[in-house]
Amino acid sequence: MFASCADPSILSGLHWLACYLTTAKHISFYSSFGTVLLLLALAAPAALLLGFAGALADRSQNWLLALLGRAYIAMVRGVPDIVFFLFVPIALDQAVEYIRNILFCDERAASVWQGNDFVVCAAAKMPLSSAAPFVHTLWGFVLALTAFAIVFGAFAGNVLAGAMRAVPRAQLETGAAYGMTDRQVFRHILLPQMWIYALPGLSNLWMILVKATPLLFLLGVQDIVYWARELGGSKTSAYAYPHPDWRVWYFSGLLVFYLLLTFVSERVFGLLMTRLGRGQALQGARQQGALGGVL
Amino acid sequence: MKKLIIAAILASFAAVPALAQTVRMGTEGAYPPYNFINDKNEVDGFERQLGDELCKRAGLDCVWVVNDWDSIIPNLVAGNYDTIIAGMSITAERDEVIDFTQNYFPPDPSAYMALKGAAGSVASGVVAAQTNTIQAGHVAASGATLVEFATPDETVAAVRNGEADAVLADKAFLDPIVAESGGELVLIGGDVMLGDGFGLGVRESVGALKAKFDAAISSMKADGTLNSMIKKWFGADASTF
Repeated sequence: MFASCADPSILSGLHWLACYLTTAKHISFYSSFGTVLLLLALAAPAALLLGFAGALADRSQNWLLALLGRAYIAMVRGVPDIVFFLFVPIALDQAVEYIRNILFCDERAASVWQGNDFVVCAAAKMPLSSAAPFVHTLWGFVLALTAFAIVFGAFAGNVLAGAMRAVPRAQLETGAAYGMTDRQVFRHILLPQMWIYALPGLSNLWMILVKATPLLFLLGVQDIVYWARELGGSKTSAYAYPHPDWRVWYFSGLLVFYLLLTFVSERVFGLLMTRLGRGQALQGARQQGALGGVL
Repeated sequence: MKKLIIAAILASFAAVPALAQTVRMGTEGAYPPYNFINDKNEVDGFERQLGDELCKRAGLDCVWVVNDWDSIIPNLVAGNYDTIIAGMSITAERDEVIDFTQNYFPPDPSAYMALKGAAGSVASGVVAAQTNTIQAGHVAASGATLVEFATPDETVAAVRNGEADAVLADKAFLDPIVAESGGELVLIGGDVMLGDGFGLGVRESVGALKAKFDAAISSMKADGTLNSMIKKWFGADASTF
């Protein structure tokens, strides 16, 4: 990166270390922290949205919708996460290529399955083979994000459905007594009050989501775990900066990062709990909050 | 959400026609000097240089893709990239799933590496090897206890920290590690000949690509450039064609 780093073999001490820590590979390592934070920033609202839809479907008067919502929540919660994390990106990737194969290929093979191979024409590839590496990385990230949103959406759905049931019935009936429609009761009474009941469960979910981010590594996204292993492994002089096994230092760095992240999250959720609790009859919610924290 | 993403991406790519044939070269990037990721974050090593030359001769536009060894064959048949060039030995089992070009690297010895003065035996002790390699298969059949690791580096680390008595790997991979260990590590038990050399892995359904690479490898064998490339990376007394 710096001109003085041109020949690492003659460097020593701190100068060597400074050059070592600013190689292109290390820059990728540092930016992969951004990848993890970006995943969290996108997966959390996406999961919340999916969860909200799931919880609404679960409460729906329409039996088909209710069945769909219940099936989604029960199925995803009942299957090991890792199975979904491995299944969703592959299935989604191949589904997209299958559809593109029908749309964009002039000469289509009889079947996309030929022996072991999944074959689509060049124009149906997702992304195209000629696309920039950045696009391939982005697509991998989007697939991973979708898997996170689907899995954590089901858990969020369960939490939100429980929170909706926890709002005191008397409150809703009072709304009805004032002549509010079901929709108005939901919008003006249930929705503002449910969050205090949902928060303990959601904060747990957030912690689990934070700790699940290394699954990105499993999905082939070059996240911080990938780089810690790659950079920490012992290096012979085939590399410009040979060094022995330094994985313990890199993984210690990750440890600090995750501890900081969860520590800050705890504080933020604490503040949020106080803020949302204003003006509410909190006795019930506090108790539930304490329970939720244990669960 | 999912549908939105799909729709957006379908739309954004709809207008782009496929032009030149881009071949995506899949490699592991963790097996120096065959293939590794250098400090500039680029794929480097013998196979990088060879692959670029093969693509030039075959008139292909090549890009490099790094993929874990564990999933390197599944991701080839799923179409994530078009070739495997990752020090992969041509074996009958792999040939049932994918196709290989002719070998671009001659059959080369593997070797056991252990801590100097260690008491363990390679015939009955604990031997480390990378998952899904011919070395792992050999250890499993040899009567020793096999411990498998996802990356080559982890197999070496296992020997250093005493988790395994020895590691079996390609000798050309172990040689620099032994040389730079300051006498801590040694090769033991002599050479073990495994496999029929390395070939490029391609999907069974793309015969044309295989033919192009076969022709390019033949031409590099014929004019001696392949041999000089092997000597450059593996020393003057490396086995050549």
